[in-house]
Amino acid sequence: MKILVPVKRVIDYNVKVRVRQDGSGVETVNVKMSMNPFDEIAVEEAIRLQEAGRAEEIVAISIGAPQCQETIRTALAMGADRGILVETEQDLEPLGVSKVLRECVDRESPDLVIMGKQAIDDDCNQTAQILAGLLDWPQGAFASTLKFSDGRVDVTREIDGGLETLSLLLPAVISADLRLNEPRYVKLPNIMKAKKKPLDTIPIEELGIDVAPRVSTIKVEEPPARSGGIMVASVEELVDKLKNDAKVI
Amino acid sequence: MTSYHAPIPEMMFVLKELADLDGVSGLPGNEEATPDLIAAVLDEAAKVAQEVLAPLNQVGDQQGSRLVEDRVTTPDGWQDAYRTFIEGGWNSLAFAEQYGGQNLPWLIATAVQEMWHAANMSFGLCPMLTQGAVEALILHGSPELKDRFLPKMVSGEWTGTMNLTEPQAGSDLSAVRMKAMPEGDHYRLFGQKIFITYGDHDLTENIIHMVLARLPDAPEGTRGMSLFLVPKVLVDEHGGLSQRNDVRCVSLEHKLGIHASPTCVLAYGDNEGAVGYLIGEENRGLMYMFTMMNLARHAVGVEGLAIAERAYQQARSYARERVQGRPIGVGAGDRASICHHPDVQRMLMAMRANIDAMRALVYLWASALDKANKHPDREERERHSQLVEVLTPVVKGWCTETGNEIASLGIQVHGGMGYIEETGAAQHFRDARITTIYEGTTGIQANDLVGRKVLRDQGNAARALIAWMRATDVGDVAGLGRAVASSLTHLSDATDWLLDGGGKNPRLAASASDDYLRLWGVVTAGWLLAKSASAAERSLTDGDGDVEFLNGKIASARYFGTHVLPHSAALLRAITEGAEASLALHPELV
Ligand SMILES: Cc1cc2nc3c(=O)[nH]c(=O)nc-3n(C[C@H](O)[C@H](O)[C@H](O)COP(=O)(O)OP(=O)(O)OC[C@H]3O[C@@H](n4cnc5c(N)ncnc54)[C@H](O)[C@@H]3O)c2cc1C
Repeated sequence: MKILVPVKRVIDYNVKVRVRQDGSGVETVNVKMSMNPFDEIAVEEAIRLQEAGRAEEIVAISIGAPQCQETIRTALAMGADRGILVETEQDLEPLGVSKVLRECVDRESPDLVIMGKQAIDDDCNQTAQILAGLLDWPQGAFASTLKFSDGRVDVTREIDGGLETLSLLLPAVISADLRLNEPRYVKLPNIMKAKKKPLDTIPIEELGIDVAPRVSTIKVEEPPARSGGIMVASVEELVDKLKNDAKVI
Repeated sequence: MTSYHAPIPEMMFVLKELADLDGVSGLPGNEEATPDLIAAVLDEAAKVAQEVLAPLNQVGDQQGSRLVEDRVTTPDGWQDAYRTFIEGGWNSLAFAEQYGGQNLPWLIATAVQEMWHAANMSFGLCPMLTQGAVEALILHGSPELKDRFLPKMVSGEWTGTMNLTEPQAGSDLSAVRMKAMPEGDHYRLFGQKIFITYGDHDLTENIIHMVLARLPDAPEGTRGMSLFLVPKVLVDEHGGLSQRNDVRCVSLEHKLGIHASPTCVLAYGDNEGAVGYLIGEENRGLMYMFTMMNLARHAVGVEGLAIAERAYQQARSYARERVQGRPIGVGAGDRASICHHPDVQRMLMAMRANIDAMRALVYLWASALDKANKHPDREERERHSQLVEVLTPVVKGWCTETGNEIASLGIQVHGGMGYIEETGAAQHFRDARITTIYEGTTGIQANDLVGRKVLRDQGNAARALIAWMRATDVGDVAGLGRAVASSLTHLSDATDWLLDGGGKNPRLAASASDDYLRLWGVVTAGWLLAKSASAAERSLTDGDGDVEFLNGKIASARYFGTHVLPHSAALLRAITEGAEASLALHPELV
């Protein structure tokens, strides 16, 4: 089995995100970036499949600026075999990303695409689903367990009502939820080895697809600061405030 | 207790701007150490430090290591953490490739060690001691011993210890009495060692002790000491473990801090004698210890820095949350968090500035060590090796003394809660306290600086280093250039006093030595922070970098330049005019 794992470079989850002064987006200059945590889970799952003898090759792919190579190197240090960077300076929307990924799937012919269920920067939670649609492949989103058997994968999904298990025919697209696994710590020797693993760069123009944005951002602003709370003396006063000041009941 | 967050931007700034990371990466043999690789290494080390080691720091303090019969048990979680640590390859980071190491520069190893010690100093001590034992074996061991023991010590599957101290032999190792009797291709050791860090534990199946001992016919004093390798469990020619050697942990010390780090009394030869193998030649043991002492002392300097950083993070987060009083000069506003009080702000700034200073000094030293080892040009190697020699006692002495002051300030920022164990600030203070004692007390560092590093070569190395600092253009941001210039004069005057006057009376020179060590610390750190401020200003002018971060660099350098660097004048006076005052009374009447 060959597995394709898309990995996105996002603002590190420890960083307090700041809105750019001109309101055109969030500040990413001089901000620490790392691999989207859900994508790390996807990479980890692919590596576990390889270690269990179920996968022959893992290809990590990222779409974006040249710095995304660092994110791919992280995947290679975790254990992916090679990387592809589809280079573009443009911010892609989930549809654009999915189209690029479909092209890569056509070129690479993987049996499985595993990706994070959403990226922690825009929280879209769309790419896996759109990609499955474009490919006309079965999809298993929010996976918390995977079980493989001849040509099929049973995906346990975390849904509102509990757990649901789907049986998908391969090839398929799977998106990883938080509880699928706990990604490993990268080993120092593997960080060194990752530098020597192959990493190809494809300019996005070469793919000849339309990735023009469909949505325009008018303005990005900080959520309003929470104003301080007040102490109430009694339940009656609380009810009164909720009714007349806050007007929520 | 707050969590630990590795200050990677701060580290990267010092690596690049003050420790010449580019130069170190460019040294022959360091080709792998490219900036992107180093960033990846620091990121991953930070994860291990933050997520694996830091959460065990308080548990380790509360539980401590325990002795049950003759075995030492480490606190809950320690074994798993150690396994993660060695499986990650972290133990072997700076060792040469031929022994299974990763061959990364000491400069990078230093930044990573800072993280281990800041996250959990009691844990960090274990690989630190292994590093010392590995160095001894690499430098002086026979090929057979290396083959048999090095690979597993480099990987961390076995740990190492340093066995120097005995009840009557601490600062003065010439008093060591441990006996070694020749027997065929090995020796049998008899005697007792005390205060042995990680002398026993349950993290690995074997422990390799490096032991100073005397042969039966050895001369008295320092020239009669030999160094032996004594495994806890004997190892056959194929590397397999055979029976327990005759060495046992007979008790554990109860200590002020670093509770999780077992400090053992080891009994050698209660029965047939502990099998030991000679390292190098007979009677040269103490000399071998000296060749690896630089790294070991630097590593303790790193602890001073690291514990200060941890104490600062703890204090800063408390100061932002704790609400008390109204800040002065703001009128009748709301009550505010204590960081708004000028005096609390001052304490935080003092912590921050001294940490910047220590980090600069500690990293500069490591960069010089890499150059001393690997620079293609002989003169450059010699120049950097001089720097390493002169600054080793300064890094050890000044950074640990300063680390203690910072950990103490950390408690002060908290007020009463700082004195309460649960908060966590007190642990940093207690843990920091050992750093000025082991690997040679501050007094011993000061002796080393004055006696071996300055007087012995008529001040050549010290004067060359001062001249080099003088010749460097450090700019003059916030008047720091001028402040550094006059402090360098104080340092040079004090050096002249030692060489031309005070040094002629060895008691006077010794009495001035602690002030002289502090003078070196203050001046070299001030010189580095002047460079730091200039580098930050350059980046600001070029519009390259985070403005808030760079302004922070300038602010902390400015604090250091106005609050710490001026001490150089007072220290000069204490040295030249005060050395006698310390000795005014009869030693037994003070
Ligand atoms: C927690 C802990 C861990 C340790 N780990 C190890 C270890 O792993 N291996 C090991 O071998 N040892 C270890 N030690 C021992 C440590 O290195 C010694 O305690 C230290 O070197 C000081 O020796 P001492 O305790 O005998 O003090 P002393 O030598 O008795 O010193 C007492 C005081 O006298 C001063 N003094 C002594 N001689 C001089 C001098 N010539 N000039 C000026 N001042 C002087 C000292 O500065 C100090 O203030 C450890 C100690 C502790 C407490």
